[in-house]
Amino acid sequence: MTDTDGAARYSEKINRVMAAVALQKTDRVPIAFQPTFWLAKYGGITFRELMYNYDKTCEIMRRAVLEFDPDMYYPPHVTTLGPLLEAQGFKQLEWPGHGVDDNHPFQYIDREYMTADEYDDFLFDPTGYYLSKYLPRIAEAYEGIEELTPFAGMYYMSLAGSVRKFASPGAVKSLAALHKAAVVAQALGAHKVNFDKEMAALGFPLTHGVASIAPFDFFGDYFRGAKGVLTDMRRRPNKLLEAMDKALVLILRNTIAAAKASGNKIVFIPVHWASDSFMSPDQFNKFWWPQFRQVLMGLIENDLIPMPLWEADCTKRLEVIGDIPPGKAIYWFERTDLIKAKEVLGDTVCLRGNVTASLMATGTPDEVDAYCKNLIENVGKGGGFILDCGFGVPDETSIENVRAMYRSVHKYSA
Amino acid sequence: MDENEKKLLNLLADMEEEDALALAKEMLDSGTNPLQVLELCREAMDIVGKRFEEGEYFLPELLLAGEMLTEIGVMAKVLLEQSPDKPAQKLGRVLIGTVHGDLHDIGKNIVTFMMDINGYEVKDIGIDVPVATFIEEIKAFKPQVVALSGFLTLAFDSMKETIEAIKAEGLRDQIKIQIGGGQIDETIRAYTGADGYGLNAVDAVKFCQQHIGA
Repeated sequence: MTDTDGAARYSEKINRVMAAVALQKTDRVPIAFQPTFWLAKYGGITFRELMYNYDKTCEIMRRAVLEFDPDMYYPPHVTTLGPLLEAQGFKQLEWPGHGVDDNHPFQYIDREYMTADEYDDFLFDPTGYYLSKYLPRIAEAYEGIEELTPFAGMYYMSLAGSVRKFASPGAVKSLAALHKAAVVAQALGAHKVNFDKEMAALGFPLTHGVASIAPFDFFGDYFRGAKGVLTDMRRRPNKLLEAMDKALVLILRNTIAAAKASGNKIVFIPVHWASDSFMSPDQFNKFWWPQFRQVLMGLIENDLIPMPLWEADCTKRLEVIGDIPPGKAIYWFERTDLIKAKEVLGDTVCLRGNVTASLMATGTPDEVDAYCKNLIENVGKGGGFILDCGFGVPDETSIENVRAMYRSVHKYSA
Repeated sequence: MDENEKKLLNLLADMEEEDALALAKEMLDSGTNPLQVLELCREAMDIVGKRFEEGEYFLPELLLAGEMLTEIGVMAKVLLEQSPDKPAQKLGRVLIGTVHGDLHDIGKNIVTFMMDINGYEVKDIGIDVPVATFIEEIKAFKPQVVALSGFLTLAFDSMKETIEAIKAEGLRDQIKIQIGGGQIDETIRAYTGADGYGLNAVDAVKFCQQHIGA
């Protein structure tokens, strides 16, 4: 293949995806590829190897992308975090090679990483809170960094003198460990840049440049834990609301900067707490949606394309979450009824999804084909649809089922 | 039911945590039978469960109800220490655990709580439970219902293996098995050979009511 072929293929694919985002009809339904740990199965290696061996993982991804020919592919370096997590003693995940079997995916550990009485600390000085409390709780390499604080409030000679804290034993240990981890992170980043370039030259765009988060999920998942955030909604609703207002500014600032640096407009936002069954419509309209809408609008106003992955079933939320400008985002639904989503959101937002995990993992190629045909013909009608699984290719899926899915966009049209 | 008892029942059911705990303490301090206070908690949880089923309450309320129940339970237990630990009459036994390979427990904990407040004796054997542990626990605890939880797609095979092992041990006919979790649907129920599946804690309770009785 020549460079010209690659460039032509790249623009054909990115144009197809962007036309879908703009709710325009395309030559065929675009299809995305998010295989995460399924790559190990495809390439005949363990999940653990996938987690640690960048070259091998990328070689398998390249092979898979060339076989399935998706219009956008998921950055494989998300599943090659083993060395980085290990280098910093990361505590919020267990991963193959560290806490779970060699052939199991990484799993998040739901805990209370921020206690209820620390909302005020977060609100007053988020960076100080990270350094003094939060970071040492989430990674071993940060243990000791709390000896550096607090700088805020120091001035003149007291500030000149407080440089001594960099020689305190905990800080010395932590800074050395962080330097080691940073070198690993730099190598991983450089590997990613090279691979992305290589794939772009072959003609394949990424699904997204960076990831972001909903303010409620930020606290629910990574600070207060499930039980903490759910009881906060009743026990200290105003603190939670205030903290989310603060966090969303930080989230937006970081996401916009990172997305601009990545050169990719699409921002992937896994959404965990929007499901119909987790909170009441009133609670959703108070604690979840207004804050998330601000994140979406902030991204859209900065010429970025938010792509939330609405996990679980959010069918009852469709009317509410449709309150965004048309043609500016991608809503990827996991278990929400896409036919219903098309009815409600078809004129507003490009849909993505959602061949079920159960079908991919246990069904036959013919069943997968029939399922895709239905989605393409009904949800794809008029444009504004990207075919994919509910949440990436399940690890257990047979290669034949994946082939059936990627063939379907060439067989059927909307 | 006297004035205070009615008040406690309503405070608990209406999620007025601070006032409910203060009143429960006051009642216990002034000599109300701890068993009576616990009975009020049970009645309040019936109301909470009903409001959950009817779509008025959601997870925040279930979690808070669980917290209130635990705190009152601790207060009452101190007073009950003299009397032998006699569990109230339960409707039946349910064994629950997250299948091997899966470390998730939020859903399992909520289902456990809902089954408990609906009158079942629930034994929760934790996360990442090996097949052999399920077998041992079934033999020892003799549940009527076994509930397998799992959030990841790897749970499909773990559930299937667990159910096949239960069958191979000759225990399958004595129990009803339900499965639940983020990716579970009818396809996976059929794949694993379970008797039922649930999308939420209400489904889990309904399964028990259907197979054990209410």
